[in-house]
Amino acid sequence: MKRIFGLQTAAGFKLFAALGAVVLAIAAAELAYGPVSLSLSEVSSAILGWGDASSTAIVTQIRAPRLLLGIAVGTALALSGCALQGVLRNPLADPGLIGVTGGASVGAAATIVLGDALALELPREIRPYLLPVSAFLGCALVTSFVFRLSRHAGTTSVATLILAGVAINAIAGAAIGVMVYISDDRQLRDLTFWTMGSLGGANWTMVAVTLAVVSVAAAALATLGRALDLFQIGERAAFHSGLNVERTKRNIALLSAIAVGGATAAAGPIGFIGLVAPHMARLIIGPSHRLVLPASALLGMGLLLGSDLAVRNIVPPAEPPIGLATSLIGGPFFLWLLLTRMKGRGLVA
Amino acid sequence: MLEVQDVTIRFGGDTPAVDNVSIAVKPGEIVSLCGPNGAGKSTLLSVLAGDLPPQEGRAFLDGRHLHDFSPQELATRRAVLEQSPTLAATFKVKQLAGLSIAIEISPDTVREIVTDTLMAVGLQHRAENRADLLSGGQQHRAHLSRVLSQLSSAGVEEGRYLLLDEPTARLDLIHQVTAMRVARKAAQQGVGVLVVLHDLNLAAAFSDRVALMHEGKLVAEGTAEKVFTGDRLSEVYEAPLQVDRGPSNTVRVSPIFFADSG
Repeated sequence: MKRIFGLQTAAGFKLFAALGAVVLAIAAAELAYGPVSLSLSEVSSAILGWGDASSTAIVTQIRAPRLLLGIAVGTALALSGCALQGVLRNPLADPGLIGVTGGASVGAAATIVLGDALALELPREIRPYLLPVSAFLGCALVTSFVFRLSRHAGTTSVATLILAGVAINAIAGAAIGVMVYISDDRQLRDLTFWTMGSLGGANWTMVAVTLAVVSVAAAALATLGRALDLFQIGERAAFHSGLNVERTKRNIALLSAIAVGGATAAAGPIGFIGLVAPHMARLIIGPSHRLVLPASALLGMGLLLGSDLAVRNIVPPAEPPIGLATSLIGGPFFLWLLLTRMKGRGLVA
Repeated sequence: MLEVQDVTIRFGGDTPAVDNVSIAVKPGEIVSLCGPNGAGKSTLLSVLAGDLPPQEGRAFLDGRHLHDFSPQELATRRAVLEQSPTLAATFKVKQLAGLSIAIEISPDTVREIVTDTLMAVGLQHRAENRADLLSGGQQHRAHLSRVLSQLSSAGVEEGRYLLLDEPTARLDLIHQVTAMRVARKAAQQGVGVLVVLHDLNLAAAFSDRVALMHEGKLVAEGTAEKVFTGDRLSEVYEAPLQVDRGPSNTVRVSPIFFADSG
């Protein structure tokens, strides 16, 4: 039993059990609380099909898809943040800060505004995939650029990465501005809600597509523990230790782009989960990526579902964008990180 | 045998970093690579490590082209200690020491190997400490322990090679000797060792052969007695150097200092 995830100690196993229990509790609360509060027995009978019509509809048509979407998005953002931080040896490599999410946003915005004309040409079955695919393409473009930045020196300085992120986000902002300018009223409304980030649009088709895309990428990312550990001694030493460095970097770039692209297409750009979850995981479980990856995934789910729970219940039935909650958690955390971890070391991690 | 034949490496510019060099390391011997800064020692080591494909010439490990090995395969045959090893995570010393082990072995075996190699570099009492908080020299020894663990876990008996790029540069006098003893012990177990050294006296004391490089070229190769002559060294280092014999009759190189009257 102790060998699961390579866990050496009972203490590590207890930590995972505790994390899992917290996520389960938040998930149960996601199903139970909202504008209409349900008891746990009402929730379970709704899931089993024994409940009354209204609570069954609330649980199976609104809250369950939302819960599953939250799990997929939280996992995707946390694992790609963890992998990007690991491979770039850089604690600030959050998909949002370095512009990867911005790339996805441009892809998605272009689809929302320009996609109608194109979608009519496509068979009905593949139309739901248009948004994730274009978000993925935007992501992949930015990710490959960021990795190119890191190719020569082996490690990228935080300053380079963040400045590149500022530039990419500025370009992305301008591109989205153009989309807003040329959009019609309905597109503008879709676009505005989408860019604020929300799990509110969850329906079963979207959940199925996102879960399919994200779970493939997440499963592959979760196996990269040893590789990410080796990146911590530098790319050359990682190669000396038997790692195919170029192939691993390419895989991580591709998988993060798929995961962030899929998540962003479904829920809009949601910041800071990819930054905060891996850091919390390292604080709790130590530096070994075999443990940090699964712990990040659990924390990503917990943070995202917790934020969703908060925004849904703070002024019901109104629903502030989830990005507000994640930024309220993530912003101060980011500042704290700058003040403590970076102190005395300048901006070089 | 780990060898390069007629290898040339250019990084741009007119003078090649490595200029038509052939050198071989046999199992069980220590070869020291010496020469002034910028002579091409580290570049040559990178070619032997498989990092850098030769632009001209060839590189072989036991008769097979180096670039025909997968990174994984190569990791079971040779280990490399870089000049400035780094660490960007908060691993404990024992975790770092086991990090480069390239094959699946039981945690118990990992623990045994790591304990041994930490003992060899004198860091057994630091096993539970955070590696990134150690002193520079101690970190260097922790990385030495890492590459030793990689080599001794490889499950390959013959044809293993250890490449060390200035392993003693950040170490105090005693640990310089410890590091070289570690290399000697590896050689006794059949490992071929190539070590880049600035300290010519350490090179003379611990090597079976020394190779002297200057401006990318291999100037001389052989026993320290033959290679390290006052005239040759003074020419290569462009400074007056004197060679005599130390207490145990080993070659001893010392610079001749002139008090600057300027």
